[in-house]
Amino acid sequence: MAQNETIQLDHGAGGLASRRLLERVFAKHLANDVLAQMDDAAVLAAPGGRLVVSTDSFVVDPLFFPGGDIGCLAVHGTVNDVAMRGGRPLYLTAGFVLEEGLALADLERVVASMGRAAAQAGVKVIAGDTKVVGRGQADKLFINTAGIGVLADGLELGASRARAGDAVLVSGTLGDHGVTIMAARQGLGLDLSTRSDTAPLADLVADVLAACPGARLFRDPTRGGLATALKEIAEASGVAMELDEAAIPIAGAVAGACELLGLDPLYLANEGKLICVAPAEQAQAALAAMRGHRLGDRAAIIGRAVAEKPGRVWLNTAVGGRRLLEMLSGEPLPRIC
Amino acid sequence: MSPGPGGGARQRQRALLRGVVQGVGFRPFAHNLALRLGLTGMVANSAAGVELVVQGGAGAVDEFFARLLAEAPPLARIDEITRLDAPLAQGETAFVIADSRGGRRGALISPDVATCEACLAEMRDPTNRRHGYAFINCTHCGPRYSIIEDLPYDRPQTTMAGFAMCPDCLAEYHDPADRRFHAQPNACPVCGPRLWLADPAGRELAVADPLARAVRALAEGLIVAVKGLGGFHLAANAHDAGAVARLRAGKRRLAKPLALMVADLEAAHGLAWLDAEEARLLASRQRPIVLVRVRDGVDLAPGIAPGLKRVGLMLPYTPLHHLIMDRAQSQHGLRALVMTSGNPSDEPICQDAAQAVARLGAGAASGPLCQLMLLHDRPIHLRVDDSVTMVAGGQARLLRRARGYAPMPLLLAEALAPADCPPILAVGAQLKNALCLLRGRQAFVSQHIGDLASPEGLDFFAATAEHLAAILDAPPAIVARDKHPDYQSSRWADELGLPVCAVQHHHAHAVAVMAEHGLSGPVLALCLDGAGLGDDGTIWGGEMLLGDLADFQRLGRLRPFALAGGDTAARQPWRIGLALLLASLGRLATVALPLELIARHGQRLALIEAMIARGLNAPESSGLGRLFDGVAAICGLRDEVLYEGQAAMELEQAMDGQPSAEAGYAFALTRREGLWELDWRPMIRALAADAAAGAGPALLAGRFHAGLVRALAAWALAGAGEHGLGAVVLGGGCLANGFLLTGLTALLERAGLRVYTPSAMPAGDGGLCLGQAVVAAARWRLGLVEVGAP
Ligand SMILES: [Fe+3]
Ligand SMILES: [Mg+2]
Ligand SMILES: [Zn+2]
Ligand SMILES: [Zn+2]
Repeated sequence: MAQNETIQLDHGAGGLASRRLLERVFAKHLANDVLAQMDDAAVLAAPGGRLVVSTDSFVVDPLFFPGGDIGCLAVHGTVNDVAMRGGRPLYLTAGFVLEEGLALADLERVVASMGRAAAQAGVKVIAGDTKVVGRGQADKLFINTAGIGVLADGLELGASRARAGDAVLVSGTLGDHGVTIMAARQGLGLDLSTRSDTAPLADLVADVLAACPGARLFRDPTRGGLATALKEIAEASGVAMELDEAAIPIAGAVAGACELLGLDPLYLANEGKLICVAPAEQAQAALAAMRGHRLGDRAAIIGRAVAEKPGRVWLNTAVGGRRLLEMLSGEPLPRIC
Repeated sequence: MSPGPGGGARQRQRALLRGVVQGVGFRPFAHNLALRLGLTGMVANSAAGVELVVQGGAGAVDEFFARLLAEAPPLARIDEITRLDAPLAQGETAFVIADSRGGRRGALISPDVATCEACLAEMRDPTNRRHGYAFINCTHCGPRYSIIEDLPYDRPQTTMAGFAMCPDCLAEYHDPADRRFHAQPNACPVCGPRLWLADPAGRELAVADPLARAVRALAEGLIVAVKGLGGFHLAANAHDAGAVARLRAGKRRLAKPLALMVADLEAAHGLAWLDAEEARLLASRQRPIVLVRVRDGVDLAPGIAPGLKRVGLMLPYTPLHHLIMDRAQSQHGLRALVMTSGNPSDEPICQDAAQAVARLGAGAASGPLCQLMLLHDRPIHLRVDDSVTMVAGGQARLLRRARGYAPMPLLLAEALAPADCPPILAVGAQLKNALCLLRGRQAFVSQHIGDLASPEGLDFFAATAEHLAAILDAPPAIVARDKHPDYQSSRWADELGLPVCAVQHHHAHAVAVMAEHGLSGPVLALCLDGAGLGDDGTIWGGEMLLGDLADFQRLGRLRPFALAGGDTAARQPWRIGLALLLASLGRLATVALPLELIARHGQRLALIEAMIARGLNAPESSGLGRLFDGVAAICGLRDEVLYEGQAAMELEQAMDGQPSAEAGYAFALTRREGLWELDWRPMIRALAADAAAGAGPALLAGRFHAGLVRALAAWALAGAGEHGLGAVVLGGGCLANGFLLTGLTALLERAGLRVYTPSAMPAGDGGLCLGQAVVAAARWRLGLVEVGAP
């Protein structure tokens, strides 16, 4: 492929150019037995038990950032949503919206990254679609993925299942993805030394469930961050949540960048971390399972669910005070008068 | 029966009195007045107020009502009196004080009142049965709002319910001639509340004289938690630097000034320069904290008010305080004690011994804040902090409105509150919160609640809202809140399920002042404030509005600048200082400035510039309070603040005397985007040049203040001239700056404008709820707020 080749409207017209793009980029990096059928739809053997299905669209600026790119993110985001319900992800579909003028080399980098991420997550991309829109009608490249997984019988996980007394765990440091994207997007020209944490979490969930079969729920704190996810869980479960600020793991570089930019890491997106709520007596087992996994070495118990004032989430601050955490209605706006 | 004095035909009238008429000695007063005039009938408390029936000669009846108003007891306030003729009752021979009746709740609750002279004299009289008693009170003084659980105000409905009066107290209570007639908190050492000393775990210590032991501990440098009237204090020897430092560390209050208590006015004069109004305010029955200028060379611990020339001073307001201060002064030579609210910083004051143990004592997360606790067993129903005031322009100004003032309603002018308007609850702001319940023309502004960021703060807020609605029998039908959706108060309001009226922050500031002065507008309003969400989604705070009660138009603004880091910029003024310099001088000239600010933060200039250029967490703000912060940073006074308003306060106090107006830095007044814009860039350039030439903070602060006041006046005159307005309202938190308030008022008055400033309500966010409530009422009148069927 020539260095300076770009996406043209022809690439989406369904003719020869489309066919060539499919072969040279998509088939090359995403190939598997199902996709090789090259038909209107994929035919799959029905797996036993219950299916878990999720879909998500990915719009990231910039496409490439320290620690990842839109391709692997589009795999991780969807397989993680499947995994949070306890599902084992098996299949993925992928739809691409390409802006005319996108460098073919960039597209191939993204698709190659998707291929590697899918292989690592143990999922096959079984169906796909590509559309090309004119300049300015999209921002370079959008991806939609849908994921299919299977759920073991008897496994019931969900946001409404937390109970007073339960422990709240996170699998590692918070805010890495959000602060990295923000710094990269804004082109601050600063080396903040942070990296996105984007990663597939199904194995980690499986390890925790093996050690802690009573786990109530998993949640990946993506947009809105830890605070928003916990507030949703507290409201859905009718419990309050009390967090210990000192126990919440935050990487030094992320803390430093947040301090400089005036951001709160508890509201920043994560793409390779999970929250687990577990009965107190199984919390240590869950923690040990997380720490035994490559993606959970900085896992921590950060708080507990309590019965009083259902729906509230607060932080016991490092200096001994208490601070309420809320869902933000939008961009954080100053409140100090 | 013969006609009474004054003659005329015999007449019988029934009357209902509304206002502060309960718990203030009103019934014995009415009783004695009726006896003197030879009238028969009765007087009784009801939930609505006081019910009266008088019968006698028509002239005497009229004289009775005239003198009722003219000679009412000192704490009474009669807002409304309705008189109806009734058929004569044959054979009535006496005037009686009848039992309390129920009915709709309309009576006003008195604030807590400082100990009166008569009680004080008894307390100090060794022959009196209440000699040395820490809970002495009478009809004219003592606890009220903090102990009332429900109306009518009778002992069983207060936290005194658990104390059965002894025969001596009961005799006083039932004797209309006694000054304790129906004094609900009446008590004595035999039957009333008891004082004891406890360790930080709350265990009672066996000591013969708890008071003596507690005061000795203070003299020895220990910290004592004292359960008081509306909450706990933490007390320490104000002359002991070590004790003050330990108190600060424990409270996590690094720099915010600590309030002092002194025994009397004489001691106050010894510590501070007091003018007549300050002395009057200190000794008033509300007994607020008054910010006063400390005399040079006074032996106070330097940690009392670091960096400031003013301290908050108050006089004793309960018998317990008098006992402590008398003893501290006479036996240990302590002229001042720190009496700071008993709470970890930014949290509400503690209410009972269990909370005190948990948060100030053995249960505190980072160890006990106190070594001893002086406790008593009269429960506090509602927490009420000390009020904070200052005197500016010869007038008392409320900065924090709480004990002594709350919950006295402001009686609004008829034009401001439609009589048929359903009750409105206004929930205030996020910080310095207070809330307001509007019932008819009465605007009940709660005591200061404070910061709503903690669960304790939010609980205190919710409990106060519920208590006020219940006790005033005014379940709100409309809730008014700030436009900012992320204030805790706004979220809480949105969940009530009532029609919500969102009020722009600075419109509310302006209307609060209009309400205080009975103005319905349109007026010109200068809102000199820190930050509030504007109608255009940016952060406002230096605004010129043309407003009436329901709506406003923005006429002008301070030129906006960026808050790089959002609220972080309010905590780290160096960010604002750099942003102001960048906007005024450009990067190269800024980097080259030989300023401490550049030396310390110059390496972050690129980051600040990039955040501003790319709009990364750098909201635009026209907040005057933030301009003060930025100027303080450029002057080298303060890069980071440890409490709200610190940089601005230090900038004000850095001035040496009164700067001359001619020396002031010039601002530019321009038209931009249809607004009168006050451009600070010329000021910043001149300031930076002076600072670079080595001028000190006193000169810089003086020239800044002088220039600002002149610029604000010119700005207001431009707006007033354009719209033909003769009156201007000043509002917003920056008016806590006495120089700004008085200087601007003087210039505007000299130019022929009538100037209205906040006095009875805080200029800052503490007064916001009043404005919100009045705006909501005005919009309701216009049919802009739909109140659905229940
Ligand atoms: Fe304000
Ligand atoms: Mg998702
Ligand atoms: Zn008294
Ligand atoms: Zn007694």
